Amino acid sequence: MPHIELPEPDAGVIRRLPILIEGLKARVGQDLLIVDEEGRRAYESDAFTAYRRVPMLVVLPRTTEEVSKILKYCHENDIKVVPRGAGTSLCGGSLPTEDAIVLCISKMNRVIELDYANRIARVEAGITNLQISAQVAKAGFFYAPDPSSQLACSLAGNIAMNSGGAHCLKYGVTTHNVLGVKMVLIDGTVVEIGGSLLERNGYDLLSYVIGSEGQLGVITEATVKLVPSPEGARPMMIGFRSPEAAGSCVSAIIAAGIIPVAIEYMDRAAIEVCEAFAGAGYPLDVEALLIVEVEGSESEIGVLLGRVAEIAAQFDPKTIKISADPDQSARIWAGRKAAFGAIGRVADYLCMDGTIPLAQLPHCLTRINQICAEYGLKVANIFHAGDGNLHPLILYDANNPEEAERAEAAGEAILKLCVELGGCLTGEHGVGIEKRELMTTQFTPTDLAVQMRIKTVFDPTWRLNQAKVFPLAFTDAMRAGNAASTPEAA
Amino acid sequence: MSELWRPAAEWELQSMIAKLARDKRAIEVVGHGALRNAGRSAKADVVLTTSGLKGITLYEPTELVMSARSGTPLYEIEAVLAARGQMLAFEPVDLGPTTGAPGGALSIGGVFATNFSGSRRIIAGSARDNLLGVRAINGRAELFKSGGRVMKNVTGIDVARGLTGSWGTLAVITEVTFKVAPMPQTMQTLAFGGLPDDLAVEALNIAMSTPLEVSGAVHLPRNCAARLRTPKLKGIDQPLTLLRLETFAGAIEQRKEKLKAALKVYGTPVELDSEESFSLWSEFRSLSVMPFSTDTALWRISTLPTKAADIVFAIQKFMPAVAFYDWGGGMVWLEVPAAADAGAADVRRAVAVRGGHATLIRAEPEVRGNVDVFEPLKPEIERLTRGIKSAFDPSGLFNRGRMYANL
Repeated sequence: MPHIELPEPDAGVIRRLPILIEGLKARVGQDLLIVDEEGRRAYESDAFTAYRRVPMLVVLPRTTEEVSKILKYCHENDIKVVPRGAGTSLCGGSLPTEDAIVLCISKMNRVIELDYANRIARVEAGITNLQISAQVAKAGFFYAPDPSSQLACSLAGNIAMNSGGAHCLKYGVTTHNVLGVKMVLIDGTVVEIGGSLLERNGYDLLSYVIGSEGQLGVITEATVKLVPSPEGARPMMIGFRSPEAAGSCVSAIIAAGIIPVAIEYMDRAAIEVCEAFAGAGYPLDVEALLIVEVEGSESEIGVLLGRVAEIAAQFDPKTIKISADPDQSARIWAGRKAAFGAIGRVADYLCMDGTIPLAQLPHCLTRINQICAEYGLKVANIFHAGDGNLHPLILYDANNPEEAERAEAAGEAILKLCVELGGCLTGEHGVGIEKRELMTTQFTPTDLAVQMRIKTVFDPTWRLNQAKVFPLAFTDAMRAGNAASTPEAA
Repeated sequence: MSELWRPAAEWELQSMIAKLARDKRAIEVVGHGALRNAGRSAKADVVLTTSGLKGITLYEPTELVMSARSGTPLYEIEAVLAARGQMLAFEPVDLGPTTGAPGGALSIGGVFATNFSGSRRIIAGSARDNLLGVRAINGRAELFKSGGRVMKNVTGIDVARGLTGSWGTLAVITEVTFKVAPMPQTMQTLAFGGLPDDLAVEALNIAMSTPLEVSGAVHLPRNCAARLRTPKLKGIDQPLTLLRLETFAGAIEQRKEKLKAALKVYGTPVELDSEESFSLWSEFRSLSVMPFSTDTALWRISTLPTKAADIVFAIQKFMPAVAFYDWGGGMVWLEVPAAADAGAADVRRAVAVRGGHATLIRAEPEVRGNVDVFEPLKPEIERLTRGIKSAFDPSGLFNRGRMYANL
């Protein structure tokens, strides 16, 4: 798929590699470096697998001090750096270039401090998302954001992408759950941004950092909020005869003042694959399925699910089924969380991530199906319906370049539709390389200049995670090393 | 007296800023003036008010989202929301009354520019957390937007939230889009009497660690509790430790019993029903327990709950101080005697040793001009702060000196 342009690597930098390796060895030791090609190849892509580039060197630091030394050295020698956590980005957020060093913090995965009295945890940022919750579960807490990749993805990556998940309808996304970070700037300066308190001192620099996609610095530690685990939680499944009915039901639930912890949507194509994979008891004779989960005590759950069922009844549902026991609840969620993987077993797919205003849901679903039909492609729709975050999976055959191109074109049309309907290009996956060129559909050149100037404050020479987030043409001067060229609006 | 400029529309504001930028005239950015007695005074040639930019531009109750022009008074927004059984969940605090400025003059732009959130912040997040998008004009007279109207949005750098708490020093916000929430069906308060500060904070945090979704956790020492006006608690002569529960009617009794059981060792609480609770928690939104006076100064101290009582105790060694603990101790409003430095040296030292930061909210203008109103920044953070300021406002037009003397 040659659709997304990647800048030509700088041959001069690659020629200097042997000297760079010696320089880094002298500063942090040989053990941290992956030099051989086979080793480096493991870092050639992330979960956006259509694009691959083998980096010229991979470094695996174990401490903030080592990260600082590595970045300082790269800064002094004008080397590009691609920060990486677990490499689960769905938009090419950690895709390397051949003339860049991949700085992967996956070895920095310790818990530093659990402070239950103040309900915070301080951790190294390479820790996996799920590991935080696992560590604090016995004390009755959890870390709220729960992206589907939570078993593998790193907290650093979550912070870089401002990740969400199925349960953010109630608990918010990463930016609502991280209180502070330790971050290393490109010149090696270690900064503490935010802290362990609810309120920040001075400008809210942390807001710029969370969701900045590795553009501002390398995050090595973070302090996160711990949330008390609910007394109980139970999902119910509601099957509908049409996507429109399911969409209208979602709006009606929110309008009634009920905010469930999650409202997930699957269409027929997704239900079939996920049911075959997880055996969750999903109804197979419906066009659309909602999984609605509520939390609370046993009796509260009963009341809330009853009210949801009453609302759903107005939309002529084919089935309403409340999870019978914890085992079935687990399977209902296992099917949903494994959806991407399960669909990946039957076809290649492009996963979209646009968000739309809730009222547009029924209309948007119809249009997505039309768009994919126009491009001659199948689509499976799975998404966080409660907050309007869509994940249409466009199915295609990666071995058929023409079909792959059609899939990218259909994806682009869907994202443009989301923006047109008052939404945005990405709700939780990030821009990366994937949606870089589409940024101009959502933002004016001025909007982008405002963002790019913030990048310049933190990374004046634009060496960090180049050629991502902003349209390539907008960043030519800065990437060419024209450090002083503060972006001006076109 | 500076000239007053009052644009009636966004385009007019933009052209005014362009003109003022060309003429190199410094601008004080204000709404309706609710915040003019707080923070440092801006050094300006022109006062530019957003009070002419009024009106709700989008309200979708079924999507829990609203947009409004920045000069829209907060009370108007809350009235429109209340008519549909909705609210701003983060309970914005109006500094007007406690700083001797008019009450009820706070604009929605001011709410987000200062990011002062009330008691429900512990469960509903801050103003910043509830912000979805902004339109604003920077010191280059560029109109830009960030974020949008949808709940989940990670498209590009989060400039919108980055503007919160910047006190109009980076850009003039023209429109904000934010989350709204359904009002809880019912509300109850448990009021524990007689607890010393450290035990009270401990009790509040035990409550906040339960899954009962406590939505307010306040402690008032005896001298502060005596200032309450809510009939059921008026004139009470002991410390009060207050916990709010909000949920649907069928669930509240059960939650209350569970909370009482969890806090049994702290005594038997007085219970306030929905109406009494509403009156009580409304008092905190205008800081009625910290009334305006020129004899006292008011600090706002952000710290870890477990350090809060210790900080207050340490400061009380040097001066009489009245504390109002909110957010389970994570936020302390502290009234101290008026003094040339408003007690800054002692307050800052007590906070620095234990971790946290302090902001001087109320003091005579000369005092606010002479001491650091905001906690001084570490050198590397100050460098980034200056960088951000010049990225938005390179010639330093907006609110010069409003946050920091040299910024």
